[in-house]
Amino acid sequence: MSRPTDDDVPGVVSARTGQRWIPVMGLEVHCQLKTKTKLFSHAPYRFGAEPNTRTTPVCTGQPGALPVLNEAAVLLAVRAALALDATVATWSKFDRKNYFYCDLPKGFQITQFDQPYCSGGGVALPSGRIVRLTRIHLEEDAGKAIHDRGPDTLVDLNRAGVPLIEIVSEADITSAQEAFDYLTRLKETLQFAGASDCDMEKGSLRCDVNISVHRPGAKWGTKVELKNLNSFRNVMAAADFEILRQIEAYESGDSALFPVQETRTFDAGSGKTRSMRSKEDAHDYRYFPEPDLPPLHLSAELIDLQRRSLPESAPARRARYVGALGLSEYDAGVLTASPALAQWFEETADLAGSPKDAANWISNEVLRALSDPQIESKSLEDLRITPASLAELIGFVRAGKLNVPAGREVLRAMLTSGRHAAELIAELGLEQVSDEGQLEEWCQEALVGKDKVIADVLAGKDKAVGALVGPVMKASKGKANPQVVTEILLRLIRDGAPS
Amino acid sequence: MSHPNPIDAVETARAVAAGELSAEQVVTRALNAARDLGGRLNLFLSLDRERALDRARAVDSARAAGRALGPLAGVPVALKANMCAEGFESNCASRILAGYHAPYTATFVMRLLDAGAIPIGVTNMDEFAMGSSGENSAFGPAKNPWDEARTPGGSSSGAAGAVAAGIVPIALGSDTGGSVRQPAALCGILGLKPTYGRISRYGLIAFASSLDQVSPFARSVRDLELLLELLSGADPLDSTSLPLAPLGRSGEEGARLDGLRIGVPAQYMPAGLDPRVRTAIEASLATFESLGAKLVEVSLPHTDAAIPCYYVVATAEASSNLARFEGVRYGMRELGDGSLQGMMAATRAAGFGPEVKRRILLGTYVLSSGYYAAWYGQALKVRRLLRRDFDRAFEQCDVIAGPTSPTPAFRLGAKTADPVAMYLNDILTAPASLAGLPALSLPCGFAEESGTRLPLGLQLIAPPLEDARVLRAARAFESATDFHTQHPALFAS
Repeated sequence: MSRPTDDDVPGVVSARTGQRWIPVMGLEVHCQLKTKTKLFSHAPYRFGAEPNTRTTPVCTGQPGALPVLNEAAVLLAVRAALALDATVATWSKFDRKNYFYCDLPKGFQITQFDQPYCSGGGVALPSGRIVRLTRIHLEEDAGKAIHDRGPDTLVDLNRAGVPLIEIVSEADITSAQEAFDYLTRLKETLQFAGASDCDMEKGSLRCDVNISVHRPGAKWGTKVELKNLNSFRNVMAAADFEILRQIEAYESGDSALFPVQETRTFDAGSGKTRSMRSKEDAHDYRYFPEPDLPPLHLSAELIDLQRRSLPESAPARRARYVGALGLSEYDAGVLTASPALAQWFEETADLAGSPKDAANWISNEVLRALSDPQIESKSLEDLRITPASLAELIGFVRAGKLNVPAGREVLRAMLTSGRHAAELIAELGLEQVSDEGQLEEWCQEALVGKDKVIADVLAGKDKAVGALVGPVMKASKGKANPQVVTEILLRLIRDGAPS
Repeated sequence: MSHPNPIDAVETARAVAAGELSAEQVVTRALNAARDLGGRLNLFLSLDRERALDRARAVDSARAAGRALGPLAGVPVALKANMCAEGFESNCASRILAGYHAPYTATFVMRLLDAGAIPIGVTNMDEFAMGSSGENSAFGPAKNPWDEARTPGGSSSGAAGAVAAGIVPIALGSDTGGSVRQPAALCGILGLKPTYGRISRYGLIAFASSLDQVSPFARSVRDLELLLELLSGADPLDSTSLPLAPLGRSGEEGARLDGLRIGVPAQYMPAGLDPRVRTAIEASLATFESLGAKLVEVSLPHTDAAIPCYYVVATAEASSNLARFEGVRYGMRELGDGSLQGMMAATRAAGFGPEVKRRILLGTYVLSSGYYAAWYGQALKVRRLLRRDFDRAFEQCDVIAGPTSPTPAFRLGAKTADPVAMYLNDILTAPASLAGLPALSLPCGFAEESGTRLPLGLQLIAPPLEDARVLRAARAFESATDFHTQHPALFAS
């Protein structure tokens, strides 16, 4: 595993000069671990809670209060590391990073400086190439300073002390698309390991990009840091903008315009980056070992136990869905969009006894319903159906009690009412009619005057009968079993023909 | 004016439990003395009269109802102003924390309360525990009950003075580099800095986290022993607190010390030592010999490096620990130029006294990029060497003995112009702090100066976790001498 050479990288060709430039990117991702309480206090965290209601004397930096490490956070951090193929250290320590800001209650952040709890690891891109990780370390989040509500700055310390892992990649990323792919795969890995929700909208995943460009084979350009990237799309847009900005700066030939070491912020409105602070403003963080916390010892047994209890990864699930369950690659991809969906699917498939039917009903009907404005539920969690109730419905359809269109109608009623399939089928009168006598009567009526269809069938074109199934379904008010109807129509035509 | 409370905590609790004294009586006397004598000597920063009396009456009614009483039921106790307890102003004798009331109670205060002790108020100190004379208090220096023109020592000045003046039988101080042992010596009482980690620091406002220890003052060894027993043990709120088995008995009154090897490091008895201190220590060593102990010469070769090492480690940690005082969430706020950085800077400029600022600057410097290795990194190495000195010395002896302070109490103002001279007060106490060892100061004699008797202290140091060993040696010494029974002339009737 190593960085691709400049020759292996497509790079970016300057529209102005036709020269090829090689972008180099390393990403720093901060990811909140989904623990019930904070990293160093028992304060419970929930996104969106009333400001300053999720705090203890520890998270508000009261004098005399001391940090106590949350073991649950350590276990999640270990799982994240193992899922990313990193090596977990049996000994690591915490350090203080000192700086003043109103959202940092102690005047320092507890983090891991020179001996983080793990090293190495990597993220496989869809292309198969692996982006190496430099390190992952455990640290506490800061609070939030709010500057846009009147003249005063407001401070909310609910987030202060929430456990984070910072995942630092090597400078192995060579395009905006790769940055996007890296983030997508990283997020998927952490979500399926159960370590984090990785929800950028709720701030549980945040990303900074270090970026430079150079000519093939030449020395790397000056590294610029991009911040305030609040979606994967913005990461891509900011990287694309910045690559072109840097190329243009170098191609101007004017060294006064060349990129300088600085932090730039991305404005999603204009799609541009602008300078936030220069290197001269960089803090001296005065790191030193945190005297209030003993070193972190993780036994080989504990690490191994976490490794063995790691949930199945998304790629492994996709392979299993295709290989063992017989789903299409496409469906396997759709159903592993999140661990919750994969879980939902697997439960439904088990209960329904048919993975394929479960996959079809979920990807065609349930997921579509989530974006239907007429259905209140917007996520799996608040759906009014469960895997068990969907499996029951699938069972009715598979048993021929209900045809597929009627099944869709029942599902819709289930989604809005939360009631069971059996009840709704009876109430809506949708039970499929398989009574041959009744069906034959409707079929006879449908055949009247359809000599063309009859002739076609008799000429061997069985498919022509399809034109008659519709009228029969209509006569049955949708309750006829279309397969049985087809069979009856064919039999009647053949029986009625002169031999 | 008579000595207000001549008996120790154990005797006070016994008398209350026996109904010979009411807790209300005892606490009322302590509160009045804290107001009058304490006021004259500037020992207390605030008193909590109503709550203390309520608690005292609760003890009396519990006794009347026949309920079991805690081992310190009805005993008044003084806290240091860097200790957090609901109801108290924990201002660290600093303007920046004036009016600060912690929203929680320290673990060690909870343990005192559980034992029935009654905190009556918080005592004066050097601002943020930085100092050796009490003169760095933002509220004026406390005075030594033996001579009001002199320092009671520091930084736990008021707590030491309150015990020496008989206002309370026991008090809690904090010892970072000698802040309990040195004032105990200068005030003629006992002070014990336990093994680092023995007493939870949760609720002690940090000066230097790797050195700070809550440390009791008393006038008898048995009181120290009881306090240590009550306050010791793991605390889920302090990750550096040690899970410990009970302390065990430190020895009976009048017990001998046969076979105990007492190490006397040459470095603790330097040529320039105050001859009165030397005489008292030599006499004390003779007393130990008469009790059956054996004197052994030991060496602590890196002692000279202890002060520089201490002032790097302690100031580095302090520069970080005191960063939280910036006017955002509590305490004082100065707006400055109105910007966020301006507010923080103005608050700190106005809120901290000169010694605190000096130490924050020192600590910031030694942690700065480019200087870290030469200063902080080097200090950590020296700290390991100091610990190794002790490890080697304890191969030859059981307890190390020497003076607690190089001089008796000095006059207020005598050293304020010279910070380095002031720092050298810690020369005999800082090494045990850096090594995390249990160390105790006990009264061992007096020096005459301008017609006043000034107490002197003997320091005993033991290996880690051997707190009971220094208590046992002190117990035997106490039985054989009467220094601890003598009170400041101020209170002779």
